Amino acid sequence: MAVPPSFSTAMYSSPSYSHDSRPSSSSTPSFAGAGLRLPSNRKTIYDRNLNRSRNAELSRASFAFLFMEMVTYAQKKIKSVSDFEKKLNEQGYPLGMKLLDLLLYRASPAGSSSSSSTPAARPLRILPLLTLINNKLYPLLFSRPADSLEQDTSDPSKYMIIDNTPLTNTYISIPKEMSQLSVAAFIAGIIEGLCDGAGFQCKVSAHNQGTDVWPNRTVFLVAFDEQVMERERELDRQGIK
Amino acid sequence: MSYYFVVVSPTDTPMFEYTFGTSKAGGSGQAHFRNGESSRYMNQFIIHAAIDVAEEVQWLSPNMWLKVIDHYAPTNSHISCFMTGTNVRFMLLHQPGGPPAAAGSRTSTLSSSSIAQNPLSPQTDEAIRQFMTEVYEVWVKTMMNPFYKIGDEIKSPAFRARVAAAGRKWL
Repeated sequence: MAVPPSFSTAMYSSPSYSHDSRPSSSSTPSFAGAGLRLPSNRKTIYDRNLNRSRNAELSRASFAFLFMEMVTYAQKKIKSVSDFEKKLNEQGYPLGMKLLDLLLYRASPAGSSSSSSTPAARPLRILPLLTLINNKLYPLLFSRPADSLEQDTSDPSKYMIIDNTPLTNTYISIPKEMSQLSVAAFIAGIIEGLCDGAGFQCKVSAHNQGTDVWPNRTVFLVAFDEQVMERERELDRQGIK
Repeated sequence: MSYYFVVVSPTDTPMFEYTFGTSKAGGSGQAHFRNGESSRYMNQFIIHAAIDVAEEVQWLSPNMWLKVIDHYAPTNSHISCFMTGTNVRFMLLHQPGGPPAAAGSRTSTLSSSSIAQNPLSPQTDEAIRQFMTEVYEVWVKTMMNPFYKIGDEIKSPAFRARVAAAGRKWL
């Protein structure tokens, strides 16, 4: 467990080596033993900034192409449409889990680059969590907030996030025999991952509810587990926001 | 002051651990726990017990920085906790006191509020908060690795070096 004293200095002062040579020389003792291979510019992910630069957006074409491949991949060895949606959901889930902390990190005041600033608050209640999805997650992924956020009138544990033009559905055509399928299950997976990560166990599913104006209109149904609702009531009683 | 830092996953598995001592006020950066050799498992045990407290406190405050949440009197250890959005906990056990031989001579020169002497002073609280915030940033960067899954052990030597640097800087 002990770290050699030369550890951090060796990391940045070691002479650069081309990517095909082994770091076996005595000048790079720490990382040769640790088995870490640095890229040729010697920058690890730890040297990069977590804040997004203004113009660092992915082109729509490359997303469409990549997502098409993901859908094709998920289509292999599936038995039913719900199987298909489950696979897409699982592809989005880890993404949502990781995005939660990135969002909280970026939401902290003063650009959060200095270590003196306080990180943002964790969502404790359902409403701040859904607001985070609506106002932070959506702009990060799609450069706009979601179109609407509603609560089910009959069941208080169900919420609906409505997207009139989901990016995932824009370039994917659904064959007739799979008309029930919504590839926005991928986005549902991202939302589910984020909620689960924050400690709000839930099931999120995507449903096509096209209208004349918005043929791709998709409703994400967020159904929180009973234990989450129980905690919600308890926190409400204690007056914690 | 001696420190034992551990990152605990949402399912209570340790993902990363690091033992170090203070580098302030002429400290060597080596840990000197008063319970000696047995501290290696006692510290793990104390922290594991403090996870229960963390789970109670986490719903009372939306802050990530939960301050000192537990105290283990027999070794005079204090446990601070920082909770990330995904319920990963950064637990820091801190135990005041330097190397036994030097402790007596140094006590007189240090004020009672310094980090090394008083684990509950606002200065100590602030220093640990800064340390945690810095580790949080590095940890989010680890998360951005597409091959990393929450709950996996953090093996990167670059991460360890960054944590060590933060420890030297603030504690």
